[in-house]
Amino acid sequence: MSRQSNRTADSKKMNSELFTLTYGALVTQLCKDYENDEEVNKQLDKMGYNIGVRLIEDFLARSNIGRCQDFRETADVIAKIAFKMYLGVTPSVTNWSPAGDEFSLILENNPLVDFVELPDNHSTLIYSNLLCGVLRGALEMVQMAVDVKFTQDTLRGDNVTEIRMKFIKRIEENLPAGDE
Amino acid sequence: MADEAPFQFLHNELIQYIYSSADNTAAENGRNITKLENMGFRVGQGLIERLTKDMSRFKDELDVMKFICKDFWTCVFKKQIDNLRTNHQGIYVLQDNKFRLLSNLSAGKQYLEHAPKYLAFTCGLVRGALCSLGVKSIVTAEVSVMPSCKFQVMIQKMS
Repeated sequence: MSRQSNRTADSKKMNSELFTLTYGALVTQLCKDYENDEEVNKQLDKMGYNIGVRLIEDFLARSNIGRCQDFRETADVIAKIAFKMYLGVTPSVTNWSPAGDEFSLILENNPLVDFVELPDNHSTLIYSNLLCGVLRGALEMVQMAVDVKFTQDTLRGDNVTEIRMKFIKRIEENLPAGDE
Repeated sequence: MADEAPFQFLHNELIQYIYSSADNTAAENGRNITKLENMGFRVGQGLIERLTKDMSRFKDELDVMKFICKDFWTCVFKKQIDNLRTNHQGIYVLQDNKFRLLSNLSAGKQYLEHAPKYLAFTCGLVRGALCSLGVKSIVTAEVSVMPSCKFQVMIQKMS
């Protein structure tokens, strides 16, 4: 065989590019289908949610992580383990609220936006809004209602990408009657 | 280092989304397949640009197809195509005995009617990749028993 050399492209890196590009194709399609950015944001969040509720199972099965004791531990698991595992980046956790129920994830580089430039007419589009849905959906499956939103985005000229997460409440488990 | 789970879940959502917006008439179904195929096409074009940027030129059409079966497939699906066949007149059949996007779905004939929508994106992916390498083609897929499937590539002669 002749052309063996030179073909050792990093397959893991390629795989993340596959994800990035596919995501790009999805956003493009959504922008075609919907007239305004708000609708696109909503749809991305919804799809993210659907992914999150399933991704959490994959995550729990593979990471061997038990129930988190408090929101701080949750934050650590999300940033250091989950983001690392699925997107290959480790955001930093900062800006804790005094009550400890709110924090920010700071992403220095967001893998979803690797090849992206926002055109001027999409100023209200939250390109990576899928992530919010994923986080919300995943946490809901472990009995945590959380509010997730982007507060800064490098795509719109901010220095970093910031995801703000706010704990709302613990979801009570609905045990069937008569069960302990 | 990114995991493959996000891509699989995203791909599922893509299909869900495309199909949720439409009714199930045959014409609409065809349009949905085309939409998925077009998205794959664009992704395939982008991927191949990144993948081949440090490579030497391909000798001929067969060389290109071998590249798709080995390197391209490995990058996207973590395995090679299991069998490549050709009639030497521009038709190639790529067989994958355990296709990633179907392997979580079923191992047999259950859900067979849903298989085509899980293949459309990949057909586009291959067509896009080939297009960027200067080979115009039509790519179709067929499944008889999941999770194995065959992609048929028909090369369009440039006139």
